[in-house]
Amino acid sequence: MFPARYWREIPQRYRMEAEKCKKCGKIYFPPRLICPECKSREFEQVKLKDEGTLLTYTVIRVGPSQFVNQTPYAMGIVKLDDGINILAQIVDCEPDQIQTGMKLKIEFRKIQQDGEAGILCYGYKCVPA
Amino acid sequence: MVGIIGYGAYIPRNRIKVEEIAKVWGADAPSYKKGLQLYEKSVPSPDQDTITMSVEATKNALKRANINPQEIGAVYVGSESHPYAVKPSGTTLAEAIGATPDIHCADFEFACKAGSEAMFVCIGLVESGMIKYGLAVGADTSQGAPGDALEYSAAAGAASYIFGKENPIAKVLHTFSFMTDTPDFWRREYQFYPRHAGRFTGEPAYFKHITGCANAIMSKANMKPEDFNYAIFHQPNGKFPMRVGKMLGFKKEQIEPGWLSPTLGNTYSGSSPMGLTATLDVCKPGDMILMVSYGSGAGSDGFIYEVTDRINEVRDKAPKTRYLLEHNKKYIEYGTYAKFRGKIRMGE
Repeated sequence: MFPARYWREIPQRYRMEAEKCKKCGKIYFPPRLICPECKSREFEQVKLKDEGTLLTYTVIRVGPSQFVNQTPYAMGIVKLDDGINILAQIVDCEPDQIQTGMKLKIEFRKIQQDGEAGILCYGYKCVPA
Repeated sequence: MVGIIGYGAYIPRNRIKVEEIAKVWGADAPSYKKGLQLYEKSVPSPDQDTITMSVEATKNALKRANINPQEIGAVYVGSESHPYAVKPSGTTLAEAIGATPDIHCADFEFACKAGSEAMFVCIGLVESGMIKYGLAVGADTSQGAPGDALEYSAAAGAASYIFGKENPIAKVLHTFSFMTDTPDFWRREYQFYPRHAGRFTGEPAYFKHITGCANAIMSKANMKPEDFNYAIFHQPNGKFPMRVGKMLGFKKEQIEPGWLSPTLGNTYSGSSPMGLTATLDVCKPGDMILMVSYGSGAGSDGFIYEVTDRINEVRDKAPKTRYLLEHNKKYIEYGTYAKFRGKIRMGE
């Protein structure tokens, strides 16, 4: 991953910083410039909850090159306790143990690395709560 | 008075048993278990390293400290397995907890005592008034060469401490450092695995420095082993901390609460700091704790802590270390361990 793009996403990937529309109260993750609901451009920063519930998931058995050594691995949509849905890798449990409705929490993990000499990219994954 | 205001630990869930390693190399598992008093060790997943474990341990420390991370004035990560050769681990940690940009940051390295070094420096900076809070982490995902004795013990884990002057959990009463140039364990530039000097790592290295530091700090404090409720010594295996404790005049009961190595392994820079987290999990207000680290090369940092009433308020705000050690374990075979630890040469 190009360092500048990774760096731009650090507040979201490391700290799960979202933005809440000051006019209608809707929370966006990742942040947006204009609220699609009310067209407001004013937002306040909020930090998302670090626990949630698994809504749905899929198991990747043929992964892209950076993830080929991790197969099979699960990707899921998780509804965090503040109502925001995120897409995240689910780790620290076997794919056949994963069930929709299970409680998950956020952990800080290495997401990928740019070959043997490039940058290491960190961010959030979900583990059983 | 400066003291610990928050502490936390982190242990990966994977474990490998001594028998599993021994059978690959044709070694005698019972003699390793008896000789090292070591039964299994933690193994990081491929997506875990010193940085990720430091972040998780620090999140637990922040839950107990209950402070604004923006008020932390220094972040120091001690490790011999920093993921980058050039680029600090501490910057990622500080960013992940929201402590940037007004903060001093450095990575420390001194074999297994890099974590206690970070604690030592934070205590000094807080005591001097230069910073309000200091964050010190000891974390490692250390490697032993395949088949080497170190492969049975080199493990993964992290401990994080936040120091401050207000409402400490444990007051820092005394510190002491004892250091000489002793080449008992090393890793040269570009080498993947460390090397050690066999039995030379014992008497002139581990035992000399820990007893030297422990006796000096007890003399400075005018205290004897029986004045302490608990003692934590660096844990390269299960045997050494018990033996050095006995040499100094401590009883098994004083050491056992922080004695994690038999089922955790040697977490290097995390070792004695993690033993302290397990001890804080069970201690009472007024208890006195001696902690002495050891880092090859070689040196020891000593600390005397007095536990305060606040321990009962914060202890349950984050997972306890024994819970992390015993909960949700997954035993892996040597092949998976070799894959996880990057011991297999891959094609392009």
